[in-house]
Amino acid sequence: METSSIRYEEVELLLDDLFSRYGYDFTEYSKASMLRRVQRLYTLDKFPSFAEFRYRLKTDPPYFRRFVEEVTVNVTEMLRDPSFHRTLRTAILPVLATYPFIRIWHAGCSTGEEVYSMAILLREAGVLHKSLLYGTDINPQVVEKARKGIFPVSQMQKYSENYIQSGGVQDFSSYYTANYHLAKFDSSLTARMIFSTHNLVSDSSFNEFQLILCRNTLIYFEQELQAKVFRLFDNSLENFGYLALGSKESLRFSPIAGRYRQVGKEKIWRKINEA
Amino acid sequence: MKPERLLVIGGSAGSLQVILAVLSAVGRGSPMPVLVVLHRNVGFESTLEHLIFARTGISIKEVEEKEPLYKGTVYLCPADYHVLVEADRSFSLDYSERVNFSRPSIDVSFRSAADVYGPGLMALLLSGGNADGVEGMQYVQERGGVTVVQDPATAEVPYMPQHAVTRMSPDHILPTDVLPGFIRNWVYM
Repeated sequence: METSSIRYEEVELLLDDLFSRYGYDFTEYSKASMLRRVQRLYTLDKFPSFAEFRYRLKTDPPYFRRFVEEVTVNVTEMLRDPSFHRTLRTAILPVLATYPFIRIWHAGCSTGEEVYSMAILLREAGVLHKSLLYGTDINPQVVEKARKGIFPVSQMQKYSENYIQSGGVQDFSSYYTANYHLAKFDSSLTARMIFSTHNLVSDSSFNEFQLILCRNTLIYFEQELQAKVFRLFDNSLENFGYLALGSKESLRFSPIAGRYRQVGKEKIWRKINEA
Repeated sequence: MKPERLLVIGGSAGSLQVILAVLSAVGRGSPMPVLVVLHRNVGFESTLEHLIFARTGISIKEVEEKEPLYKGTVYLCPADYHVLVEADRSFSLDYSERVNFSRPSIDVSFRSAADVYGPGLMALLLSGGNADGVEGMQYVQERGGVTVVQDPATAEVPYMPQHAVTRMSPDHILPTDVLPGFIRNWVYM
């Protein structure tokens, strides 16, 4: 039952291979987390040796796709951290509502739960019709799922609780249609969303936004890569726009920190000027 | 050359009193970092930090991502994140799937600490109601670290330490009243 353990040096070999073979650069991902994810896949797929695992990855592009899907983390939920979403409702959306058109980018959106959460908040703020939500992720499979807006019905009770705690007063179940074990979210929400693959490591800015959310993605990056991604966000954010991070992430030590001011206690920063 | 050392304490249901006793015994300014992986509910952490300070006089610091591990500092895993140790002796956080129904998972931290600290690591597994931590203990042992289990007969919830005793051969199985002194001796040896 015991499979062998992969070592740090082996992961480095693997990541170098993948960069030269497929152009995906994972070399600046946090090493401990990467080691763990690679080990998990290696064990799951029962490779007899590291050499075989490495060979398969180099020579079998569909298996490389599986690698991307399994090694990147795709855990997410709707309205996670209710107090964060309450702040979005009370402090951020009223400001965004003053714009003629609202563009929001969910970077590293995984299967899209946060994008749907945001669409609900925008709907309730009466501004969804003039908003566009961009959801991007490195992993094409989760982007495809996000586009469908179909989530397990088993999650809905928890999401409904998050919704109420975040200040929601509607009936949460009015936003989806349940069918057996699946809940499909209203197509009027999906209509305001654009999903696509985007690699934060290598792809550049593609628009200007008033709000960028990137929650629990940067924790998987080493500090230099984090700094690079912060600059990408800075380049993609309008003046006076907002950047929202995960509950344990911070802009504090980043190269762009000087131009941003934190909004209250939540992990939301506002770009104050270009000086 | 003596290896750099680290103490990681894994506990679940019924482990808080033992953790308090061990931290009191280790005291402030220990010659190594200490990491506490405790299963608990989201939103409970600030209370826990206050409680630990009130009872032991030790200020426990919630792990921040990419923060370096400092000697003499006691770290607590934040609720709902796994904590990993990087080769440069800094922490990183991970929000991937629960392991053994747990996030933070003791297995995850034990394993990743063993990769970096090897024989300099002591892993202590305490009272609890699930099987988290056992596989990590095995891994710590493979990497030359010291594994210590609270004697299940003296644990408030014996399931977790019992699992360790059944599935592997921990280096030390110690009753609750002996644990604090033993850990203190190892820390200051």
